[in-house]
Order: sequence, then C-alpha cells, then structure tokens
Amino acid sequence: MKKPSSQTRVARLPSRPLEFAIESLIRVLGFSAIGFVTLIFIFLLTEGLPAFLQVRPGNLFSTRWYPTFDLYGVLPLISGSALVTITAMLIAFPMGLFTAVFVREVAPNWAREVLKPLIEVLAGIPSVVLGFFGMTMLAPIVREVLGAPTGLTALTGAIILAYMSLPTIISVAEDALDAVPKSYRDASLAMGATRWQTIWRVVVPSARSGILMALMLGMGRAIGETMAVMMVTGNAARMPEGLQAILKPVRTMTATIAAEMGEVAHGSTHYHVLFGIGLILFAITFLINLAVASMMFQKRSRGGLR
Amino acid sequence: MTQRHLIQRLGFIFLGLVGFLVVAPILFVVGSIIWRGAGALTWRFLIEMPHNGMKSGGILPAIVGTLVLTAGVAIVAIPVGVGAAVYLSEYATDNWFTRAIRLAIVNLSSIPSVVYGLFGLGLFVLFLGFGTSILAGALTLAIMTLPVIISTAEEALRAVPAEFRTVSASLGGTKWQGIRYIVLPQALPGILTGVILGLLRAAGETAPILFTVAAFYLPRLPHSPFDETMALPYHLYVISTQVPGMPEGVQNATALVLLALVLTMNLVASIIRSYFRRRREW
Repeated sequence: MKKPSSQTRVARLPSRPLEFAIESLIRVLGFSAIGFVTLIFIFLLTEGLPAFLQVRPGNLFSTRWYPTFDLYGVLPLISGSALVTITAMLIAFPMGLFTAVFVREVAPNWAREVLKPLIEVLAGIPSVVLGFFGMTMLAPIVREVLGAPTGLTALTGAIILAYMSLPTIISVAEDALDAVPKSYRDASLAMGATRWQTIWRVVVPSARSGILMALMLGMGRAIGETMAVMMVTGNAARMPEGLQAILKPVRTMTATIAAEMGEVAHGSTHYHVLFGIGLILFAITFLINLAVASMMFQKRSRGGLR
Repeated sequence: MTQRHLIQRLGFIFLGLVGFLVVAPILFVVGSIIWRGAGALTWRFLIEMPHNGMKSGGILPAIVGTLVLTAGVAIVAIPVGVGAAVYLSEYATDNWFTRAIRLAIVNLSSIPSVVYGLFGLGLFVLFLGFGTSILAGALTLAIMTLPVIISTAEEALRAVPAEFRTVSASLGGTKWQGIRYIVLPQALPGILTGVILGLLRAAGETAPILFTVAAFYLPRLPHSPFDETMALPYHLYVISTQVPGMPEGVQNATALVLLALVLTMNLVASIIRSYFRRRREW
C-alpha cells in the first residue's frame, strides 16, 4: 500500500449511514442461499404435491409410464436412475479412490502436475458435449464389443456418468487423505511397514469417513446428471430386469423431466407429476448433503475431513 | 528385494495405471472433438445465421445467445455471490445459523441441473410472468452458479492474512473500510478465478435453459431481455438428437466451438490463479 494514495482515499470515505446500509446489504446477501433453497423447495412442493393427490398411488407406484394414457408409474424411472447410478459408482468409486491415493501418496511431482489439471478439464467439459461424444464415439464401441443393438444402453450412460463424477470423488477423497496426520504415516513406517502397507492399513482406514463422503457426493452428482444421460441411455421407460438390463436402454428420472417438460400443458397432471419427480430428486440430493454435513460437523472436532 | 517390496512396486504401478485410465479418456475426448470439429469449422460458420433448418450456414445466434446469457449471469451472480462470501468470511460467527447457510450453499451446488430448470420455469417463466426469455434463463443459471462463486470467493477472502485487517483497524479504519480497501483488493485474483469457473459452468449448461430460454430454431439475434434465444449447449443437443439427417460436420463443429469456449475460460482462470499466486507478497 502506498501511503499517499490510501490517505486520499481515506479522506473521501463514505459516511457512517452509508456504511451501515452496505453492511446490512451484505448480511442479506449472506442469508440469500437459505432463501434460494427454500424458494426452490416451495416451488417444487406447490407444483409437485398435486401429483400425489391427482394420481392414485396404485397408478403412481406402478411399472408403466405412458403419460398419454394417464399411466404415471414412476418405478421404471426410479429404477432406471438407480441402475445407471449404481453401475457408475461401481466403476467410478474404485477408480477415484485409487487415483486419489496415487495423487496424494505415490505419484512423483510431474505425474501430479499432469493429472490434476486434466481432471479439472474433465470437470469443466459441458455435459452435453460428453453426451455428444458418448453418442457418436462410445455407443458404437459398446454396440460392436458387447453386441447391444443400438449401443445406447444403461452401461453407456454409466460409463459417461462414472467419468463425470470422478472429479468430485477424487477431490473429496484427496482432501480426506490429506487430513490424515503425518505422524500416523511416520509411526507406521517406523514400525517397519512398507509404504504400500501404510497406505492400505493406516492412511485409508483413518480417512474412511471422508472417503465415504466422496462416494456419497459422487453419487449425488451422478443421480442428478441430465443431458449426457438423456443422450446416451436410449430413453426406454421399462423396468430393468435381470443382469442383461445393463445392456438395454433405460430412462432416468432426470431425462424424463428434460424430455417431456417442454411438451406438457402447464397445470396438467403430467406437468405436476414431472414436478413431483423433481421433488423426489431434490429430496434425494438434500438427504445426501444432510448426511455428509452432519459427518463433517462431527469430524471437525477431530481436525479435518477424516 | 523382499516379497513385500515387490508387492509395493506392483501396487504402485497398478495405481499409476488407474490414474492413466482416468486421464487418457479425457485426452481422447478433447482430442477427438478438436480433431473432428476442426475440419468442419470455418470463419463463416461462426458469423453466419443458420439456413436450411440448421443444416447449413453458421451458428451465430447460438454463440451470441450463450454470450448474452453468460453476461446476464455475471450481472446477477457476481454481486450476490461476492457479497455472500464477504458476509461468510468477514461477518459470520460460527453458530447454527452460519452452519445452516453453509448447508444451504452445499445444497444449492448439488441440486440437479434439470431441477433448476423446473424451478426457473415455475418461478420466473410462469409465476413472475417473464415468459421463456433471456431474463428467466439468466436468473435460473445465476442461482445455479452462486455456490461456485460463493465458495471460491470465500476461500480467497479467508486467505488474506488476519494482520491486514488488524493493521487497517489500528489505523482507525472501520471494518467496512478494511474490507473495501484492503481485503477485497488482495483477494481479487482468487475471486476472479472463482467467478470465471462459475460462469463457464453456466455457459455450458443445457438442462436449466431447456424450459426457460432456449429456442429450437430462431435465426436472428436477440433484441431484448424478454426475447427467446438459441444457445450453444442447447443447439448441440438439438442438432445431435432432435433433427434427423443433420450433417456430421455441423454437429462436430458446434461441439468444438462449445468445448473451445469452455476450455478457454478454464485456461484463463488457471493463468490468473498461477500468475497472482507467484506474484503475491504474503
């Protein structure tokens, strides 16, 4: 800070009432996040709850989704989302954990310098671009290799989703590993354990709740993903049955909203049901976050995200 | 070498391979989109209106639409986001209410993008009567962008050492003067990085604008905030799934333009970050 300039600035300082106004405004802005979440919840509730009143539960929780015939069975959509998300996590969680361990515990500096920016790039690629890539490049591979008729299958969606949730999983897991005190590693190494043994018997176990958080947040990310999934899963609203369901088209909750909301009459039953599905999605991500937040506040007393 | 060292060696190689498996497809995706798009991309494609049901001509209205939307997001989200970050880092005390704010921010950041679309449709398009318009879309995207801006800006503000605030106060400055003339300028590069990261997310999103702004095919530039507009991500979705017989070149070139826009913003953010990190004196 140069002295004269800061003095001239001080001479032209705002008067106290203005300052009070600014500070009040900042307080209001600080509370705004709560306001927005509440507002979103209220809108989903007012537009989504009528669905549960207008559609009989027997219809709503059936396995047939044909809105044109007033059949609003959401089970195929929920199980479609579940199938794609769980498969994605089976791929992404081990990959993400191993990569986080590699980056934090093993990798030489140059490898870290290559990996980290590339993972950031992945986080920045728009979902519609990944969907486009999935349609034009990945789907043909799935078709050729696994013999699925179109290549637009639950598995194709799960692979794309796995990569989309990797940046989240890796960065949260890395933070968790980072929060393990160095003394734990030193103690283990001093007992004669190798670095490999130290990682899997000391570091990872003591970071386990942070790693669980990584899995949960990755899952939240995957279940809410819309465009890429809509473009590569083939969008057939059928109940997935048996193991080969993974090689058949599915339809997720998010894709259903995105594909159909543009065409429904505002205020119709179909419109309210789509908001109802949005309400379910909101509730799922809210519960995931609540669980993660409560874990975080508990662990904070132990110092860091372990 | 003992057996357990051999296991360690093999284990480390395995971890490295997994790391490679994570990043190799990223390079492949970016590389293939650049490779296939570059062949079809011409200057005329960037500055011409689409013709013939988007099958020929350029994508100018989609590019302009995305830039206008992003600017709209910036106007709304920067003041609100930075203000909220200043509150959290400079004014908030650690109590249940602040925790509720933090929980709300985490929540905002993980609400599915298509649910933002529903919310924007319900509040801005229908309830407030903005119609499908740039205004409705920019406001929807702005709320979605807030958590990114708030958390990165707060981190940047917290990184400014406490001594700066103490010295400002000891010279007779009020709390706000300390923030305005000392803390904010010092944190500016970090805030800027967060803002760009937030804006690039908004620029690439499709689901929130599906029902709030996006025009399927509108070969003219937007006139007012109440206009509908085409936008790059939605345009890519439309031409790759909704229009049969679309020439591949148009699809590839559009994907490249969108990817290039986002990656450039990403690059700018990381240049700002590393430049100022090296230059700062504390």
